[in-house]
Amino acid sequence: MTRVRLVTPLLMVVVLLMAACGQIDGLSDGSQTGIEAGEGQICGLNSSPSFAPSGIEKLDGGSNSLSGAGATFPAPIYSLWASEYKKATGVEVAYQSIGSGGGVKQISEQTVDFGASDAPMKDTELSKAKGGPVLHIPTVLGAVVPTYKLKGHGSGLKFTGEVLGKIFAGQITRWDDKEIVDLNPDAILPSLPIAVVHRSDGSGTTDIWTNYLTAASPSWVAALGGNDKSAGKEVAWPVGIGGKGNEGVSAAVGQTEGAIGYVELSFAIEQRLSVGWVKNRAGKFVQPCIATVTAAAQGAKIPDDLRFSIVDADGPDAYPVSGATWLLVYENQTDEAKAKTLVNFLAWIMDEGEMTASTLNYAPISTALRDKAVAKIKGIKLNGAPVAA
Amino acid sequence: MPKGKAKEVARAETSSLALQLSKKRRITGDAIFANLNRASGIAVIALLIAMIWFVLSEATPSLRHYGIFSFFHTRWAPSEASLASSSPNPYGIVQFIYGTAIVSIIAMVISVPVGVGVALFISEVCPKKLKKTLTTLTELLAAVPSVVYGFWGIAVLVPALRPAAGFMENTLAKIPGVGGFFEGPFFGFSILAASVVLSIMVLPTVIAISREVFSTVPRDHREAAIALGGTRWEVIRTAVLPYSRSGVVGASFLGLGRALGETIAVTMVIGNSVLGISWSILGQGATLASVIANEFTEANQPFHIESLFVAGFALMILTLVVNVIARVIVARMGAATGRAS
Repeated sequence: MTRVRLVTPLLMVVVLLMAACGQIDGLSDGSQTGIEAGEGQICGLNSSPSFAPSGIEKLDGGSNSLSGAGATFPAPIYSLWASEYKKATGVEVAYQSIGSGGGVKQISEQTVDFGASDAPMKDTELSKAKGGPVLHIPTVLGAVVPTYKLKGHGSGLKFTGEVLGKIFAGQITRWDDKEIVDLNPDAILPSLPIAVVHRSDGSGTTDIWTNYLTAASPSWVAALGGNDKSAGKEVAWPVGIGGKGNEGVSAAVGQTEGAIGYVELSFAIEQRLSVGWVKNRAGKFVQPCIATVTAAAQGAKIPDDLRFSIVDADGPDAYPVSGATWLLVYENQTDEAKAKTLVNFLAWIMDEGEMTASTLNYAPISTALRDKAVAKIKGIKLNGAPVAA
Repeated sequence: MPKGKAKEVARAETSSLALQLSKKRRITGDAIFANLNRASGIAVIALLIAMIWFVLSEATPSLRHYGIFSFFHTRWAPSEASLASSSPNPYGIVQFIYGTAIVSIIAMVISVPVGVGVALFISEVCPKKLKKTLTTLTELLAAVPSVVYGFWGIAVLVPALRPAAGFMENTLAKIPGVGGFFEGPFFGFSILAASVVLSIMVLPTVIAISREVFSTVPRDHREAAIALGGTRWEVIRTAVLPYSRSGVVGASFLGLGRALGETIAVTMVIGNSVLGISWSILGQGATLASVIANEFTEANQPFHIESLFVAGFALMILTLVVNVIARVIVARMGAATGRAS
């Protein structure tokens, strides 16, 4: 008798464990590059960019290591670059992905050879940098995409900035709201409450997303109380569930029928999430993918200091919720060996690194941006004289 | 001199030398040991003071800028902070204190009865053969990393709770008085989910200590109860439980201590709403620990990091207060039940 009594609970435990295992799916490594293009979209298989050589020659006599710290978003591609660069040259590049804020802090305090950030440094931050003027070198582009869970609806629901703004401000609360239905006349949308999911941690992803909502949705700006409060790495979300990291947001969306959230494009592609198309300035609903992000960079105006924004950019195929990530280096270097290695590494990124960006679903920078970045690298100085030859 | 004798003499000499040496050694050994002990004791206290001092000093700029009392409101909106203005203070922490408290309390309400029940089963009811296995299994629960509990919360618990949404939103929410605690909409990620995950995490603590306590119940007490013709339940009720009450309370408070500070598992399922208090346990909330875990890496608003340290300091104080209360209660109950004999 006792044995039977104990077997049942044990069985229940086993069943529970099996249920747990069954639920955790979608964690496979999707190493496919590129996604299927929607109708009328320029997306497709990724291809490497065709850049002319940068013309920066490799310098001898450099140090055998570099240290960097900062943004988490480009960390996967930076570690790929670091390992490839080590294979090619033997130089060790140690990158700690501690967050953009940390990257700005560390380069300002001169505790690393380069910093990294998803948002350009503000003027107030630049004035605090201990080593003088800081150069912004864009490396790769990324995008933030709306992702949702609705039974029977895969990728391709259409949104405008204003509708997304109203959803995230809690002003559109149901999927069968007229404003969403009008954008998606062919889709049969359920009468379900919308569960909004946002990031709970401060993040460059949120920065790009809210900058876009601020640019495209007056309702969003009004709900948050003005331009200065409606965009940033963290905002006062009027509604919603907070998830930590891209994986926290996608888990919350994946577990909640009727949820909508936003994640990095590369994350969405790898996890094969359902993503929405967003209307750009040219009036086209654009499928997010590497080609449309690069198109956004081509349509954007780039200032000389390269502290640009490609949110809501012009261009017929520009995906509007796009952004860049930068390496931060001092214009005036003090250590000859480090300066040489730094220039070598940056030049290598521009010549070789960019070619592999799309294998990890990052968009390489546009040709125009790349030319400007190369000019910046050539401007790095040691005791007043350019380092690069 | 014959070889053997010489050896004996030598042995005698060495042994007396050894005796002297060992005496000396014992004395110096004692001294070293005593000093080492003293040093470790002092180091622990010094470490604690240093930590409190560090947290407080990191929080000071923000406390100075806004004033201590301005932190007592329920809106946390770093994006509204500016260097110039000190009023209103955008860093209210009352909702986090409430969140920390409510999540821990619900967790205890669930885990104490279950934990005590499991401990009673192991110590009083279960067949000897199973005792060891069950004990090890419950202890293994404590070895599961908290991030795994968080995973389990997202993958299993949240979907499992959702079917109950209708019942809670439509039935419980209509009960006058407490209905407000069950107001929808319920999306799964909630104060309730965090509490349930936490309750499982504190179970091993409650079980292990309760089990220990039950095993200290004197044989005489049990035998007296049995001699009076008590059933197993009556023995437990009249002999085991009264004797163990203070110990069980102590166990609960140790569990509560763990619950208050638990970070990552809670962060993963609580929904992280920082803008106010959700009285409904179906709504989203945040705790002192979760807001720090969420925002520390990218805290770049004015006084942001410093205000996170304020939250950290509040958490330290909260834990300290709970521990002191626990000690007082346990001491009182111990005195009341005459346990000290």
